[in-house]
Amino acid sequence: MSSRERILGRVRRALADVPRDDTPYDRAVPRDYLREHGERSTEETVALLAENLADYRAVVHRCADAELPELLARLLAGRGSRSVLVPPGLPPHWLAAVDATRVPDRAGSTPHELDRVDSVITGCAVAIAETGTIVLDGGPDQGRRRITLIPDHHICVVRVPGQVVSSVPRALRRLDPARPLTWISGPSATSDIELDRVEGVHGPRTLEVVLVD
Amino acid sequence: MRVALFLTCVNDTLYPDTGRAVVRLLTRLGVEVDFPAAQTCCGQAHYNTGYRHEAEPLARHFAEVFGEYEAIVTPSGSCGAMVRELYPRMGERARAEGRGSTLAATVAPVVPKTYELTEFLVDVLGVTDVGACYPHTVTYHPTCHGLRALGLGDRPLKLLRAVKGLELVELPGAEECCGFGGTFAVKNADVSAAMGTDKVRNAESTGAEVLCAADNSCLMHIGGTMSRLRVGMRPVHIAEILASTEEGAAV
Amino acid sequence: MSGTYLGMPAFPQAARDAVRDRRLRGNLRHATHTIRAKRAKAVTEVSDWAELREAGRRIKDHTLRHLDRYLVQVEEAVTAAGGTVHWAADADEANRIVTALVKETGESEVVKVKSMATQEIGLNEALEAEGIRAYETDLAELIVQLGKDRPSHILVPAIHRNRGEIRDIFRAEMSEWGRPAPEGLTDTPAELAEAARLHLREKFLRAKVGVSGANFVVAETGTLVVVESEGNGRMCLTLPETLISVVGIEKIVPTWRDLEVFLQTLPRSSTAERMNPYTSMWTGTTDEDGPRTFHLVLLDNGRTDTLADEVGRQALRCIRCSACLNVCPVYERAGGHAYGSVYPGPIGAILSPQLRGTGSDIDASLPYASSLCGACYEVCPVAIDIPEVLVHLRERVVQGGPATRRGNKVLLKPARGHAAERAAMRAAQWAFAHPGLLRTGQRLASRTRRFHPRTLPGPGRAWTGSRDLPAVPAEPFRDWWQRTRGGEDGAE
Repeated sequence: MSSRERILGRVRRALADVPRDDTPYDRAVPRDYLREHGERSTEETVALLAENLADYRAVVHRCADAELPELLARLLAGRGSRSVLVPPGLPPHWLAAVDATRVPDRAGSTPHELDRVDSVITGCAVAIAETGTIVLDGGPDQGRRRITLIPDHHICVVRVPGQVVSSVPRALRRLDPARPLTWISGPSATSDIELDRVEGVHGPRTLEVVLVD
Repeated sequence: MRVALFLTCVNDTLYPDTGRAVVRLLTRLGVEVDFPAAQTCCGQAHYNTGYRHEAEPLARHFAEVFGEYEAIVTPSGSCGAMVRELYPRMGERARAEGRGSTLAATVAPVVPKTYELTEFLVDVLGVTDVGACYPHTVTYHPTCHGLRALGLGDRPLKLLRAVKGLELVELPGAEECCGFGGTFAVKNADVSAAMGTDKVRNAESTGAEVLCAADNSCLMHIGGTMSRLRVGMRPVHIAEILASTEEGAAV
Repeated sequence: MSGTYLGMPAFPQAARDAVRDRRLRGNLRHATHTIRAKRAKAVTEVSDWAELREAGRRIKDHTLRHLDRYLVQVEEAVTAAGGTVHWAADADEANRIVTALVKETGESEVVKVKSMATQEIGLNEALEAEGIRAYETDLAELIVQLGKDRPSHILVPAIHRNRGEIRDIFRAEMSEWGRPAPEGLTDTPAELAEAARLHLREKFLRAKVGVSGANFVVAETGTLVVVESEGNGRMCLTLPETLISVVGIEKIVPTWRDLEVFLQTLPRSSTAERMNPYTSMWTGTTDEDGPRTFHLVLLDNGRTDTLADEVGRQALRCIRCSACLNVCPVYERAGGHAYGSVYPGPIGAILSPQLRGTGSDIDASLPYASSLCGACYEVCPVAIDIPEVLVHLRERVVQGGPATRRGNKVLLKPARGHAAERAAMRAAQWAFAHPGLLRTGQRLASRTRRFHPRTLPGPGRAWTGSRDLPAVPAEPFRDWWQRTRGGEDGAE
């Protein structure tokens, strides 16, 4: 007997008490929890996103679309970034004012090569106001998962209000589980020393989120 | 209203003052109290130590002794929780074990009419000011089964706040277990003692003269720790405070 | 780690040393009290906590009740998405599978994301025996690994260490494993985290094989979810060419939508955050993004035995948040090591004796490692009634009875060492069935009360070692009642 058959057999014997007509899934789970917490206008939702991102030590900026190239250039220059990773589908005009060397997101790049890049700029798939979370799904303006992981500085551009949702349930509905997803809530952190939160471990230690109207 | 006092075996044997206080208090509030002499033990110690089958005859005995009363009142959160929460569960387990519904049916009538004392005062009699007078500084420890199993909430505090002359001070870490836990106190004596010491130190820090609770089992552990640590505080059951009047202290 | 726990003393003996260790007590008290208050605040923020908790409970219960169907669904979905599914009936089989998979790659080292399942099966030791070095990359796991220590908490395995101890471990041990600790390392948490970053970075960048567990596996999509904070998880899940995930069969949820419950309750319950910094979700493999090869090892190792117990099966709802540890007054004083398992605290006290059986001293003592205060049940985000299961397992220990071990129905004998207690309980039950007998005993106690010692010999010493006995009253209540019928008797 294979272990597969052995385990499935054990499971079935263990569940001998479960009736054949057990309550089906859709009736077994009450869904009377909230779809989102509280009522907010669009502008209030965006404000809450900014507040919660900042609460977990992300640096939040807000600008109009036309101001974005200048802002991104300023953020990179302010950090002294000499190179920046660029996903293939990042709108070209975002980088119009950037001096830093553009490093394309290539399949062949090694982790060591990526480790020498100073910053990365991406868009996102969705942002969640209640939790201060941005979600990346590997779309053309976000690139491979590793490019937002190895550089120490990540700038993520969120288009507001279109990409902003209130809550986790609303975000899941917008996401495609077949894509590789990365949920990011502030820079990396740890509570491993005396259960006290410290920001900045292996992922980018600086997360800047630009909310673009 | 005629109610049965379910005193509990521990109170009957070791804390008769608490029983007398309950009788005096309820009588003062116009309640006719009876003490069915056939009562013994609810079976909590058996059940919680793993002797569920030995607890079953005690549950049946309880149901026989108290079945005919309108209400059953007990000055013990944990024994109250045994009847209210665990008797139905024992019935369910017997059923699941293929032993039929007899046990469930036997205990069913006593379950809903069993009340912990402060619950009975606040919910059934609808009083929070019982006309007591107790001119002392008191801190209150909510015992675990009263707090979490019965959900007594702020009923004891409401009652204490209405007592004339009583100054109520907040107990730091109040909701943390005192470390009694029935046979836990002897099976894991070191951890139990450490919890008890922390509880007593917290109580001591309030500067209160009296640590009050609604369960003498926990008070036996806390009081025993207080006396061993030579802390000058007294453990007092809430019934004895509520029974005290200007004419006479219950304790 | 499983081997490490063989021959563990029973909980009371192990806890005694911890209770007397002032530094350990201080570390645990500080950490658990810090997180308790934060968790309470994080939970209060969501007004529908009770509904989320109930939904979480029901999702998990439903999944467990139809686990065979969902396991097959997971296998189909993961395979369709490009992954390979393996089944491991026990720890040895899981270790053999993972070792063979690593060897196939030709590599001799792996990077690991913190995973309870791989700790449970002792994977690191099994790999080591085959010449493969496993690097733990979670900060707390790193502290434990460098310190040749054992984990003592589900979420924060090095919770028993304070910052000064961690600095000393880093200074002394990092050079043995790779990049040494920076010169002049202090004990500030930020500097310690930076030291870990530098030490592990070279390992992440060269790693070819990653090993992980998973917090959730979605049956309908085949998606695995890892919830973390530091980014070490993302490193292990995305940089290597091969990813091997060892996942207990109870980690399944039926649908994608179910994550909306647990992604709200898990972070708040564990680190007391609205959301943890990083969550990775992947479905099989993705072309040119992340590992080219993905293996999922589905682990039984006692879970189906646990499932067979109608009362005990609720322990399999656990999402490993560790809120029950943080709130437990026994854990706070006994520490995690006393539980003799990778699963310490209240959940460990009901999980270990079910996964491993109640045969050993430590496993037979774990159901008693609780005062039944109920704080664990109160905070549990999937409403596991831990006190109920503890009492149920106590019954199994003292009375024996039917159980399932390795898939076979067995009839357990009562555990040794409870004979005197059993006799006392039966005698008490008999006495309580005879009120007259109870009264005789009470009267005897009252009449002899002047002769009662303040300390007791034998088993009674466990009480009087730290507590005075209550004075026995002049008469029991029932005698007073018989005399006065509740009226005033002038004695007051």
